[in-house]
Amino acid sequence: MPASSPPETTVPRHTALVRVTHWLTLVSFLALLFTGGEIVVSHPRFYWGETGNVHTRPLFTIPIPASRDTVPTGYGYVMPDQNGWSRYLHFQTAWALVLTGLVYAVAGLWTGHILKNLVPEPGSRNWRAYAQRIAQYIRRAPPALSEARTYNVLQRTAYLFVILVLFPLVIWTGLALSPSFDSAFPAAVDLLGGRQSARTLHFFVSAALLLFLLVHVAMIAVSGF
Amino acid sequence: MTPISRRKLVTTGLAATAGIAGLAAADRLARRYGLIPPDSGGAYGPGETLTYAAQRLLTRHSLAREFPRSLISASPFANETEPPSDEFKRLQAGGFAGWRLTVDGLVAHPLSLSLSDLHSLPIRSQITEVACEEGWSYIAEWIGTPLAEILRLAQPLAQVRYIVYFSIQSGWWDSLDMADALHPQTYLTLGMNDGDLPVSFGGPLRMRVPRQLGYKNIKYLVRLTATDSLKRFGKGLGSASPEAGYAWYAGI
Repeated sequence: MPASSPPETTVPRHTALVRVTHWLTLVSFLALLFTGGEIVVSHPRFYWGETGNVHTRPLFTIPIPASRDTVPTGYGYVMPDQNGWSRYLHFQTAWALVLTGLVYAVAGLWTGHILKNLVPEPGSRNWRAYAQRIAQYIRRAPPALSEARTYNVLQRTAYLFVILVLFPLVIWTGLALSPSFDSAFPAAVDLLGGRQSARTLHFFVSAALLLFLLVHVAMIAVSGF
Repeated sequence: MTPISRRKLVTTGLAATAGIAGLAAADRLARRYGLIPPDSGGAYGPGETLTYAAQRLLTRHSLAREFPRSLISASPFANETEPPSDEFKRLQAGGFAGWRLTVDGLVAHPLSLSLSDLHSLPIRSQITEVACEEGWSYIAEWIGTPLAEILRLAQPLAQVRYIVYFSIQSGWWDSLDMADALHPQTYLTLGMNDGDLPVSFGGPLRMRVPRQLGYKNIKYLVRLTATDSLKRFGKGLGSASPEAGYAWYAGI
């Protein structure tokens, strides 16, 4: 008599919509990061306030050679200038990111995905829940079976922060760099403290998103893809 | 394979048809209202078209921010340009008395204006920011005559869609759609801050377009041409910028 086959376990997956928008967002973000970094190379100096140029004191500089010889980097050479296609691709990809994000946001709210999977569950919306989960990570205690089918409070908070804070901020600060957009919505740049503040913030928010990406991938690698 | 229900097939088919029809209609409207930029071919065309169309729709009449005098930059940066040609040096030696701005193309009254002719037109000033695509910026006061004043004299014909403008430096030219050409902040600039426009900043005559990035603000203007089609100029992409890999529309 053959042994009975082990009971089948079905693992819930995100909907196709969540999965497709997730990967589209990743590809868009990587293109934006790469082209954005390339654009920084043409002027690796950051300022604060409304204006800033090589004649004014920067907030900080990135110690790399620039792709324009008008920037005093201290290096004796100039990087190849790739701003043309980088800017074209940066802005085209920005559209892809925003349109994907809109589809995700609308569908996510409509289907209840955001409420069910990303908003911290009732009962975990307090400091104790966070402290407990952090302690569990520090102890490297394996997750309970009930935790395997859902995001824990730290994951939910992190994802919500990326979706509701970091991405909107990077888009806002980016749009604030458009002279045309500023003419229609001057508050967009004035609220950030001026054009150069918007540029510096855009850089730091992008860096925060990159940091999230690295930690996100590392954690998935550790727990198994 | 799970069978697709008839309902799903019909609904998807209707959605796809509606989508395609919608895109076709959007394309017709975009062409009719001049929302397609001249560099819309190529791999970056869709993004460029979306950006230009969206910004054109949002910013037809909006004004670039103007700042108080106290924010005029103490140290503006004059970006590098090619060394001046012999022709420029000759004109400079004569105090630019021989400088002429030719206005031609599809206009009822072609013009050839000296700097003193330009000074006799209504002169305005704006304290606006120059933002370079590299990321740096400065604020200055720009004194000049609105391009709209020149066009009022030259009388572009009804079919004109763009004003093309040329520097004395060969190969350096650009163009504006009529929304920007007629915009009250688009100037032919003669003065900067406390005096005449310095040569390093584009003197004696520079285009000022504060709602677009610095590279549209071409220095050492000698000619304006009104046209109904940008295909007649250079490679037909709207300006020297796409020919160098940069977008024609620099509002972003």
